[in-house]
Amino acid sequence: MKLITAVVKPHRLDEIKEALQAFGVHGLTVTEASGYGRQRGHTEVYRGAEYTVDLVPKIRIEVLVEDDDAEQLIDVVVKAARTGKIGDGKVWSIPVDTAVRVRTGERGPDAL
Amino acid sequence: MAPAITLAAEAPKLSAANTGFMLICSALVMLMTPGLAFFYGGMVRVKSTLNMLMMSFISLGIVTILWVLYGFSMAFGTDSGSLIGWNSDWVGLGNIGLTELWDGYTIPVFVFLVFQLMFAIITPALISGALADRVKFSAWALFIALWATVVYFPVAHWVWGAGGWAFELGVIDFAGGTAVHINAGAAALGVILVIGKRVGFKKDPMRPHSLPLVMLGAGLLWFGWFGFNAGSWLGNDDGVGALMFVNTQIATAAAMLAWLAYEKIRHGAFTTLGAASGAVAGLVAITPAGGAVTPLGAIAVGVIAGVLCAMAVGLKYKFGYDDSLDVVGVHLVGGVVGSLLIGFFASGKGQSEVEGLFYGGGLTQFWKQCAGVFAVLAYSLIVSAILAFILDKTIGMRVTEDDEVAGIDQAEHAETAYDFSGAGGGAAKTAAVAAAAAGAESKKVDA
Repeated sequence: MKLITAVVKPHRLDEIKEALQAFGVHGLTVTEASGYGRQRGHTEVYRGAEYTVDLVPKIRIEVLVEDDDAEQLIDVVVKAARTGKIGDGKVWSIPVDTAVRVRTGERGPDAL
Repeated sequence: MAPAITLAAEAPKLSAANTGFMLICSALVMLMTPGLAFFYGGMVRVKSTLNMLMMSFISLGIVTILWVLYGFSMAFGTDSGSLIGWNSDWVGLGNIGLTELWDGYTIPVFVFLVFQLMFAIITPALISGALADRVKFSAWALFIALWATVVYFPVAHWVWGAGGWAFELGVIDFAGGTAVHINAGAAALGVILVIGKRVGFKKDPMRPHSLPLVMLGAGLLWFGWFGFNAGSWLGNDDGVGALMFVNTQIATAAAMLAWLAYEKIRHGAFTTLGAASGAVAGLVAITPAGGAVTPLGAIAVGVIAGVLCAMAVGLKYKFGYDDSLDVVGVHLVGGVVGSLLIGFFASGKGQSEVEGLFYGGGLTQFWKQCAGVFAVLAYSLIVSAILAFILDKTIGMRVTEDDEVAGIDQAEHAETAYDFSGAGGGAAKTAAVAAAAAGAESKKVDA
């Protein structure tokens, strides 16, 4: 199994969710995150005082998939997340040893 | 404050209309203090939101009681030496007849005193914005009581009390440019010079945590301010209160636009905080002047105040004093601007026949305004600094550095403004279910 993690722009969430559902993914986890990449942050002004906000709001999407689906699923996520502008984010995958469905105790790919 | 409106020959009678109007105005002015609490509360960081709200709310408690006990008597009692009033019948408000009229007016003493009470409440609350994040709540409560007693009650007497020196000199302050705004702004400056900066001032970003709260507060202030300003004429028999009402709207609109324009040119954006701040600057500046100027004059007052206050809020970074939420930059500067501009824009067609420089009256009124402005400024600045110094050396004004960094809400109020653990709750039940399930499981194994 692989864990696909995508850190992307918050407003792309719906497109990504739909694309993943169309692909046949049954579940995913979304967390609010903040960070920066090459785009760095932005500047805000309050009564003339400038504040550099370098951590930008992002969402982190995590999906567990079987090994064979991983590359194709990464492509699906990247396509749905892309706006072409700086700050679109990153997608990566890492191998996963074990997964357990809490309710039934099923293990491995059966738990997905 | 209006001079007596009825002719000496004819004793004023109680007016139900004016009485009803003034009671509503009193409620409007009361609403300004919670409005101010939200205006300030949104501007601080999450960790000190509640403290900021409470610094205003506590004034509703403390000053009300002082006003009943001796405040009203000190501010509006029989003058002695042009400096302070006293009337032992008013101590405890016990010997005031229900239909006894405020001298020269058509409203009962009870109505006048509750209207004035709301002014006495909001003035110390205004100071709190400069002291964000760092002042012990007990020290603040004590400061309010002392400050109201030795600064606000006497200054209100100077400006509005019969026999008070500024009142007799002819300083024009319709609704509190000197007694409220310059007074509070100068006090804020005095206190922060004694207690010092917030931890991390100029280093850490201290962004407002909720601009919607700031806008809500500014809206409530704007609304309540109609009572504050128009009500200060104490009746509606000659239209001056209505002129004040109209000018309040005009100057506030002009100042909001001026602040936004300044900021767009200088910093590149029309900000929400700028709109809220500009509106408040306009409200402050028209407070002393709105009965004396024409509607076009009100636009001028608003524009000048909006731009000057927008410039003034940057001074704290230059000079290194931590006027946290710009009480000096908005209330002191706005109050001074509005009070002094009367010397130029007084039209002679409003509350009195006094004319300013632009209406052929020369500089006579301007010098009177200067006297009022600088006397109140100096007195409040010095006495407030002394009060803060005494409190700091005795009970201590500031919370510990650790408490300030961790957040004054937790340290002083044992609360936090927002619950960020949205998924909390129900854990006990889940645990119980899990334990029961585990019990059932183990029984099965036993069997």
